[in-house]
Amino acid sequence: MPDSGELPATKAVRAPPRRRGHGAVAAVLAGPALALIVLFLIGPLACVALLSLTDYQLGAATLNFVGGKNYAEMLSDRVFQKSLTNTLIYVAITVPGSVLLGLGAALLIEADKSLRAFYRAIYFLPVMATLIAMSIVWELMLHPQFGIVNQVVKTLGFARVDWLQNQSIVLFTLCGIGIWQSLGFNMVLFMAGLTSIPKDLYEAAAVDGADLAIDRFRLVTWPMLGPVTLFVIVISAIRSFQVFDTVQVLTKGGPNKASEVLLYTMYSEGFEFFRSGYASAVTMVFLLFVLGLSAFKVFVLDKRVHYA
Amino acid sequence: MATVRLEKVTKKFGSHTALNNLDLEIRNSEFFVLLGPTGAGKTTTLRLIAGLESPNAGTIAIDGTDVLNWSAAERDVALVFQYYSLYPHYTVRQNLEFPLKSKVRHMSPQDRDARIAKAAKTLRIEHLLERKTDRLSGGEMQRVSIGRAIVREPRVFLMDEPLSNLDAELRVHMRSEIAQLHRRLGTTCIYVTHDQAEAMTMSDRIVVMMQGVALQVAPPKAIYEDPSDLRVARFVGSPAINVLPGTVAAGSGIDVLGARLPLAVGLPVGTHVTVAARPQALSLTARPAGPSLTGRLVHIENLGSDLFLHAGIEGVAAPVVVRHDPALANMPGLGDMIAIALAAGRMLVFDGQGRRLTFEPEAAAARHVHA
Repeated sequence: MPDSGELPATKAVRAPPRRRGHGAVAAVLAGPALALIVLFLIGPLACVALLSLTDYQLGAATLNFVGGKNYAEMLSDRVFQKSLTNTLIYVAITVPGSVLLGLGAALLIEADKSLRAFYRAIYFLPVMATLIAMSIVWELMLHPQFGIVNQVVKTLGFARVDWLQNQSIVLFTLCGIGIWQSLGFNMVLFMAGLTSIPKDLYEAAAVDGADLAIDRFRLVTWPMLGPVTLFVIVISAIRSFQVFDTVQVLTKGGPNKASEVLLYTMYSEGFEFFRSGYASAVTMVFLLFVLGLSAFKVFVLDKRVHYA
Repeated sequence: MATVRLEKVTKKFGSHTALNNLDLEIRNSEFFVLLGPTGAGKTTTLRLIAGLESPNAGTIAIDGTDVLNWSAAERDVALVFQYYSLYPHYTVRQNLEFPLKSKVRHMSPQDRDARIAKAAKTLRIEHLLERKTDRLSGGEMQRVSIGRAIVREPRVFLMDEPLSNLDAELRVHMRSEIAQLHRRLGTTCIYVTHDQAEAMTMSDRIVVMMQGVALQVAPPKAIYEDPSDLRVARFVGSPAINVLPGTVAAGSGIDVLGARLPLAVGLPVGTHVTVAARPQALSLTARPAGPSLTGRLVHIENLGSDLFLHAGIEGVAAPVVVRHDPALANMPGLGDMIAIALAAGRMLVFDGQGRRLTFEPEAAAARHVHA
């Protein structure tokens, strides 16, 4: 060791040699969790990744390795392009919509303590309800002739709208339902964030001359909610990428692929056309987005130093 | 600089009465301390003056003007909080600047910078100005928080237990720093604390509060030596004052556990009173000449400069604490029987309601004869 003389400290800080047996104990303790993770997460993921490189069809006895053929086909496929674009539009509308409305609802409910539990429950109901069942309710409400939505529209003197049948409207209708569904979840997270803001800060602001609610919001609420807001945005984005139930029940990706989204493409390719290899490739693209968001959460969000 | 006056102020939270008919008059440039245990209504009083709460009844005037309908900002008072309450994600400079940007003040950026520089210099936080507040130590945060108050040059400083979150050493240091700051600025300061050491060392006058009522308003020396209420006597002083049961005896005197104090309180014979004695009003005696008590020494506290002897005495639940000079030779041992002399003139006598009783002149004269 030529540099041992210059760096005498290295010897002192070096970790003590592990005692025999510790590795075995660690393996036994971590083993069950590791086994389950491999069995239910890593394993299936690896299978999907491998399948995406084959021409496997559901139920087929054989499969061939085709390399990147599935991916090449996917990139030139109009349906996939439409599906990806639709998904991104859906995320781009649903995330800000549900985050801002969730924050607004949380602020309104926190502003007046009376009936707080009642409003919180009302807004949270869509989160707890099964989205499949709720989608059927929406289907009835959005019915072109008899649905309550169009009845109201007609009463107000406007022309009826084909909420789910019009190509240029259907995606926005789904966005609306998506916002309705996740608003309550975001609201609850924001309410938790709001209750953790010390009351003193608002009082300091009041004494210091922040008389308007908007001043206090900008000075105290918004900065203090920063970590919660970023978390809510990431969670909402991941949930929005996973949109499927409403599409499956209400539109089946139609009309004319106007509401085709990633998970629905994956589902129809894999379980209607039995093209498991191709569906796996679509899944990998979906995973890429979700992993990206998760990585952002882990490496950016969780590393942030929170104000204490 | 201003006076603050509270008149018949009552504040209720639901069915709980936090302040009951409180009258307070705080003088110009005074360091006024609200002292009392938790739940006394000290912080409520402060928040009422700041305008963060409004009273159910009564008036609050600053500089003779009724400010009840004024907003917190309009009252031109500054509040320093226990938990510093600095604005998050702001630098120290931005924290100091914010109150100056208020629309109530019309201040040019140059004036603002000058004020910030002055306040930073006063509190020696110039090197922290560009730092984010979450990168400060507790002491630095409280300094910035005080800076945010002084930068406005308000009419009144309100401080709500500003030192209770600091460690012991820093607390003692900041205590003298705040007192000096007050002397330099001369701004009226109303300071809430439950720590009697803070109250005694910093204040011009103290109000001792309990359960929403002001028990006594007086300079610290008078609060300690001349309490008007038994609760004040018990709350202030460490070790706590000794409380002994007494009865008014025939022939102008008070019987305390068999000892006769030559004190004429002018109450009917047989009336129960409470006799309170600070540990330094008691002394060990070898041959009791005047009134004295006998007890067994159960504990000795040696603080270096003082010795406190705890004696168990029949008829009193808590041990009686006697101050003793460590330099003196007559040092008893644990378990010894000791005689404690009661200096009649230094006893504080309270009636059944805890109100202080004053002695009649003959008794005072009698005290001199005995001494």
